[in-house]
Amino acid sequence: MPSATGKFSFWDLANPTRFLSYSGKLLPWFIAATVITMTAGLYMAFFTAPPDYQQGETVRIMFIHVPSAWLAMMAYSIMTLSSIGRLVWKHPLADVSAKAAAPIGAIFTLCALITGSLWGKPMWGTWWVWDARLTSFLLLFIVYLGLVALWRTIEDPLKAGHAAAIMTLVGSVNIPIIKYSVVWWNTLHQPPGALRITGSSVDSSILIPLLTMAVAFSLLFLVLHAMAMRNEIKRRRIRTLHLSQAQTATGSVTSHTLSSAEQN
Amino acid sequence: MSALSSLFIRDLKLATRVGGGALMGVLFFLIVTTVMPFAIGPDLKLLSQLGPALLWVGALLATLLGLDRIFQMDQEDGTLDLLLLSDQPFELIVIVKCVAHWIATSLPLVLAAPILALFLNVEPLGIAAVTLTLLVGTPALTFIGAVGAALTVVLKRGGLLLSVLILPLTIPVIIFGVSAARGAVTDPAPFGTPFILLCAVSLSTMVIGPIAAAAALRGAQE
Repeated sequence: MPSATGKFSFWDLANPTRFLSYSGKLLPWFIAATVITMTAGLYMAFFTAPPDYQQGETVRIMFIHVPSAWLAMMAYSIMTLSSIGRLVWKHPLADVSAKAAAPIGAIFTLCALITGSLWGKPMWGTWWVWDARLTSFLLLFIVYLGLVALWRTIEDPLKAGHAAAIMTLVGSVNIPIIKYSVVWWNTLHQPPGALRITGSSVDSSILIPLLTMAVAFSLLFLVLHAMAMRNEIKRRRIRTLHLSQAQTATGSVTSHTLSSAEQN
Repeated sequence: MSALSSLFIRDLKLATRVGGGALMGVLFFLIVTTVMPFAIGPDLKLLSQLGPALLWVGALLATLLGLDRIFQMDQEDGTLDLLLLSDQPFELIVIVKCVAHWIATSLPLVLAAPILALFLNVEPLGIAAVTLTLLVGTPALTFIGAVGAALTVVLKRGGLLLSVLILPLTIPVIIFGVSAARGAVTDPAPFGTPFILLCAVSLSTMVIGPIAAAAALRGAQE
């Protein structure tokens, strides 16, 4: 409900047109902020941050790897919140937000996996280790892909939104259990302590570029998410237009198609 | 409660009579377990080591195969709409359907496991452990699977999507089930801890599964 007091409320965004106009105004600023922080972060990561005394230059992979991993988890939290918004309050933009976040989260998870693997090759000597962290991220990636597949198989966007919201919430309950069980499994099968990514404390010369990259990645996520949401709203409008067009254009055959649809 | 018990008996009858396909799962389980030694080689020592894991994977695949049948037939003939309209809580109806499905498809797997374990040269204590963990763990697979079955019930060919959605969620069951079964035969690894965790996973899915599946079915029939 748009609030009468003139103050901004979350329900103002329930109107897709209003969301499009707000996000359209804000997007250029966010894109500019993303470019600036990303440039600063990448510069610091590649030129000012010192190489690690053990891992050498490969430690720079961390500046991509760690923010990707954070974002992979943040995308899932946003999907969980959106799913609650979809199921409890039936907020019209909640499932648009959930649908838009899923592929982005999947890509960040894939980024974390690939950079982790590239980092693992010189450090551990193999591309892949069945380490608890890597394994649980692989499972998170599969969960993301399953959700994207679910969105893509159910035709009606409202029904797809409902199904995906339930699956997302079931996943959010189960992901900690999966993570715990994988850690348990890993310590059982493999001696721990094989890989410690960082020492006890992180030096500020590493921490500042890392945090900058984290901010840059979060901004990047916001921009991509908003853009994907705008596309999704427009895609749904086109779908509605197509449907109504088909309904009026084929008025004479409607009765025929209806009866054949019933036979199916 | 008589409505629920008659639903239970109806589901069991439908599953076990002609066209129900309840025993197809056991047949599949037998074939998967038979294929494994051909892939691995007839080394009895290796097979007895891998036995519990192979049996668990076989049981998981056999369970996945039958999951789409939980709600599919009721959706096709309209029974599901009537069940949604009934005065019984829909979550209870889902639980009853899941239990009936488990008895018809997963209990035969549990009963077949000791015989198949003999083929894989698993020692007697290991056979008991595998059977016990399957008995405790397969309900979890059914209840998690019910969520996937409910989400994909409106789709024509939902079986593959169901497997993709469900498999990551079954990882804890596999981990704790195989660990407990292996812990019973190898010395330093414990049996009790993973077994209790397996029970915990089973119990929690018994709560989450029906609630989520009922919500999904309500959404699909709207």
